[in-house]
Amino acid sequence: MVTVSTTTHTAQDLTAQARDVLGVSRLTNHALTSWLHGLPGVDQVGCEARAASLGTRSVKTTSKAWAIDTAIGMIDLTTLEGSDTVGKVRSLCAKALVPDPLDPTTPRPAAICVYGDMVATAKAALGDSGIHVAAVATAFPSGRASMPVKLADTRDAVEAGADEIDMVIDRGAFLAGDYLTVFNQIAEVKQACGTAHLKVIMETGELVTYDNVRRASYLSMLAGGDFIKTSTGKVQPAATLPVTLIMLEAVRDWRDLTGSQVGVKPAGGIKTTKDAIKYLVMVSEIAGDDWLTPEWFRFGASSLLNDLILQRQKLATGAYSGADYVTID
Amino acid sequence: MSRLDVRKTYKLYIGGKFPRSESGRSYEVVSATGEFLANAAMGSRKDVRDAVVAARAALPGWSGATAYNRGQVLYRVAEVLEGRRAQFVDEVAASEGLTARAAGAVVDAAIDRVVWYSGWTDKIAQVLGNLNPVAGPFFNVSAPEPTGVVGVLAPQASSLLGLVSVVAPVIASGNTAVVVSSAARPLPAVTFSEVLATSDVPGGVVNIVTAQTAEVATWLAAHRDVNAIDLTGVAGAEGVDWAALEAEAAGNLKRVYRPALADGAPVEPDWNADPGLGRIRAFVETKTVWHPKGL
Repeated sequence: MVTVSTTTHTAQDLTAQARDVLGVSRLTNHALTSWLHGLPGVDQVGCEARAASLGTRSVKTTSKAWAIDTAIGMIDLTTLEGSDTVGKVRSLCAKALVPDPLDPTTPRPAAICVYGDMVATAKAALGDSGIHVAAVATAFPSGRASMPVKLADTRDAVEAGADEIDMVIDRGAFLAGDYLTVFNQIAEVKQACGTAHLKVIMETGELVTYDNVRRASYLSMLAGGDFIKTSTGKVQPAATLPVTLIMLEAVRDWRDLTGSQVGVKPAGGIKTTKDAIKYLVMVSEIAGDDWLTPEWFRFGASSLLNDLILQRQKLATGAYSGADYVTID
Repeated sequence: MSRLDVRKTYKLYIGGKFPRSESGRSYEVVSATGEFLANAAMGSRKDVRDAVVAARAALPGWSGATAYNRGQVLYRVAEVLEGRRAQFVDEVAASEGLTARAAGAVVDAAIDRVVWYSGWTDKIAQVLGNLNPVAGPFFNVSAPEPTGVVGVLAPQASSLLGLVSVVAPVIASGNTAVVVSSAARPLPAVTFSEVLATSDVPGGVVNIVTAQTAEVATWLAAHRDVNAIDLTGVAGAEGVDWAALEAEAAGNLKRVYRPALADGAPVEPDWNADPGLGRIRAFVETKTVWHPKGL
């Protein structure tokens, strides 16, 4: 059973908190710009070198077994296609309930991630298993819709029983420097979420620079996001190690600054056990072991689960396994 | 003035590329008379694993190609082999301790063997398939289909003729192959991989790992994503127990092609004998289809 801590705030509370953090009497776009652009710049070369060096760790035997099980438990098993059917969502839920029929000790993923209209189907299929249902909302993946539409999208998913909402920020407004709009939208969606857990998708592939990733991370946390998430998975590049490193630094420093902990979710392009283990190493080294639980770190992935299961079978049987021994999603 | 020798360190052939061994190891290859010939990559179990992934990825394309197309590709292999005849003659002579004349005959036989199998690709279904007579209004058709990814332990002694005689029948019917070359005589296999890379064989259809047979054979035999294994290369391989390999292969019910036996011990077959259809037949599955007959 995954627990998530969520705080309910009104948009006014969030604005007041933001004023406190920024030390200003009125939250204006100018105040936000000064604060976000006052954050230290990211050393691109240093960041990429650090991410690459953390990816060279050799994780074997019992550590590997632990890492595989931990990673499975952190997966938001995802299907976000226009062609999703009720049957496909049900079969994905069945896979989440019994990831490997050959080995009942295999842990379950943390959540199923679907479009808002599939929430009720997923909720019914998962029952009281404790696996969460996450819904993407706010005109995912582009985010190009008016605010009433985005809020209605969010409320609809919450009413259908979504435990977690994955929203996208307005990248256009962010890149245009209209930070206050982005802040207000996140704060309003947060309010619309009620008790559901809010993940803020920054779509780092569209943010162009690492400095922007850092600014978007802080802005999302300031506006009340419970998680910051790299990507929708619809834009290349999706999750990368350097981007996740910057986000992990941001959540670590944010906790030092405000005392509240925010989670991180890389999503898109994480396909192999080797990739997943690199991310786990990075979480431990950059943010700390406090983040090494499904409550604070998630993988947005679909094919990753099968590769983790194959590696798990290899450790159990001693023989390399193959695609005949896992389900086709 | 004499030139310095260019001492070669060869690499593996996996997925149409020539990677170094994941282990970083290599070993010295010596001639039949003990002189240094070159360094070969010493493949590890992880190289075999990577080769299986490449072979699996190549399977849909290769098995889905028309038999006619596969025949053309195999014929092209024979052409390129012929074009590099001189290099093969040198390598076979040095590796197997033959005279240039005898080695030339071996290379010619190898080229002819590839041509022979290239002719078979679009005739396998006619010979191994059938229209079965059944008591009902149905067409009942049995047709051979490729088994899948086939692990091949290539012969230890016959480094070229033996090699093509085990690889060609596997790929002729549309299988993809992971080949562990002769451990002591890998050079013709390395050059053969260069032939494959420069003919029209899609990357991953044949993957050649130069390795110590005993070290990697168990991993190949136990691999769940390999559908069949040819144990011909256990004859003369150091420290390999072929019965144990067959037991490992049972883990996922692999097809096993047993080595030739003499007095219970594996021996290398006579590669100059008529190959027959045995090796093609060993790596196909028969699919039977019932189709209603209209009036």
